[in-house]
Amino acid sequence: MKNPQLNAEGELIHLLSIEGLPPGVLHHILDTAGSFLSVNEREVKKVPLLRGKSVFNLFFENSTRTRTTFEIAAKRLSADVINLDIARSSTAKGESLLDTIANLSAMHADMFVVRHGESGAPYLIAEHCAQHVHVINAGDGRHAHPTQGLLDMYTIRHYKRDFTRLSVAIVGDIVHSRVARSDLQALAVLGVPDIRAVGPKTLVPADLAEMGVRVCHDMAEGIKGADVIIMLRLQNERMSGALLPSAGEYFKSYGLSEEKLALAKPDAIVMHPGPINRGVEISSAVADGAHSVILPQVTFGIAVRMAVMSIIAGNAA
Amino acid sequence: MNALDLDAEALYADLKAGVRALLEPGSALVGIWSGGAWLAERLQRELGLAGDAAVISSALHRDDFGSRGLAGSADHTRLPFAVEGRRIVLVDDVLYTGRTIRAVVNELYDFGRPAAVALAVLVDRGGRELPIHPDYSAARVALPKGRRLSLARAADGRFSFEVEDEESPAER
Repeated sequence: MKNPQLNAEGELIHLLSIEGLPPGVLHHILDTAGSFLSVNEREVKKVPLLRGKSVFNLFFENSTRTRTTFEIAAKRLSADVINLDIARSSTAKGESLLDTIANLSAMHADMFVVRHGESGAPYLIAEHCAQHVHVINAGDGRHAHPTQGLLDMYTIRHYKRDFTRLSVAIVGDIVHSRVARSDLQALAVLGVPDIRAVGPKTLVPADLAEMGVRVCHDMAEGIKGADVIIMLRLQNERMSGALLPSAGEYFKSYGLSEEKLALAKPDAIVMHPGPINRGVEISSAVADGAHSVILPQVTFGIAVRMAVMSIIAGNAA
Repeated sequence: MNALDLDAEALYADLKAGVRALLEPGSALVGIWSGGAWLAERLQRELGLAGDAAVISSALHRDDFGSRGLAGSADHTRLPFAVEGRRIVLVDDVLYTGRTIRAVVNELYDFGRPAAVALAVLVDRGGRELPIHPDYSAARVALPKGRRLSLARAADGRFSFEVEDEESPAER
């Protein structure tokens, strides 16, 4: 089946999911992000690659932080950015998703950055928008959050260089996490030999083993000797859904404390997509400690989103 | 002069004298990625200038981004000094349409306001599409459109020229 993200030459025209992207495309994005990292340190933090282009941030689900990073990325590429808080506008009045897109396309949009509660919504948009329009998935349902996956890969490569010798543990609510899904796919594509999914039975899908991922229900076993630990945010609503006993209980079993971190490699890095719940999935001592690269992840996230936007904008359908 | 007769090493010696004349105390040499960067690296050493040679890339300011996209990883720019108030001597291998120079000057301004910018090139092949002229060129050659002239560097560091047909008529 044809991958809707790639044109006939195999170049990226939309970013909808990590799934099905060849390693070369991922490395190209990471290399390009490296160049944009230095742009963010310049006197003039702006390059004209998307000058005259209109980027529409369509957030059907609220996320101030992710929306802001996309907005900064687009503005540093000189695009005009229009933020639409769809959750509170047209769809609330009953307009269909495709009608919304048709209307915005009539305003000459060049790129849509889409966050949606339904898995697959960005695919639907990519399929129906005008040919010159590019779509970036900023998180759809439980399905994918590819730019987060890519910025996590950038972070790992920055600190660990070679993917092919690493042990990476992803810890927490994996079953509900689009970040975990994108991370797992990207780690597999980039050739990480030892990938572990760590969490309680209710929050880790059993079929991950088929992807070559080692499933661990014991935290100590899961992070032992790891080079990279990716902690996931525990969403509060999971507590009420009878999937978990309590925040305190959860922290005892699957929270990352300094004692547990000592089981990983001495130079292990600790990552988290944010926002963090201190004392629920991660202790403050670890979140603020020497192994934590949580804030560099945010910085790298801007450069990675600049890279994705500039690459897809430069490729024709 | 016929492009195939170009002796890159002999022209390099001329370029070195030309660049020396353009440099003033406090001037900085900046090579344009990639051929110009090789020249600047060697000039920096042979002219006894302190520090590493600076490199600048046109990638982020090119005017053909819409048709070509980002080629390779974009940014090789490394300017190990403050641009603000400095006299800059840009070095490139081949000057053609002038579009690369336009992009590079914009790139330079992203780091500050230079006091002055001069341009020295190994070869000026004519065909300008912008009002840009070199302060020094070691040679002028006539080359038909669609032929691409570029510098090559051997493993021992010696320079030579390569002439090839362009894949598309896109300008350099």
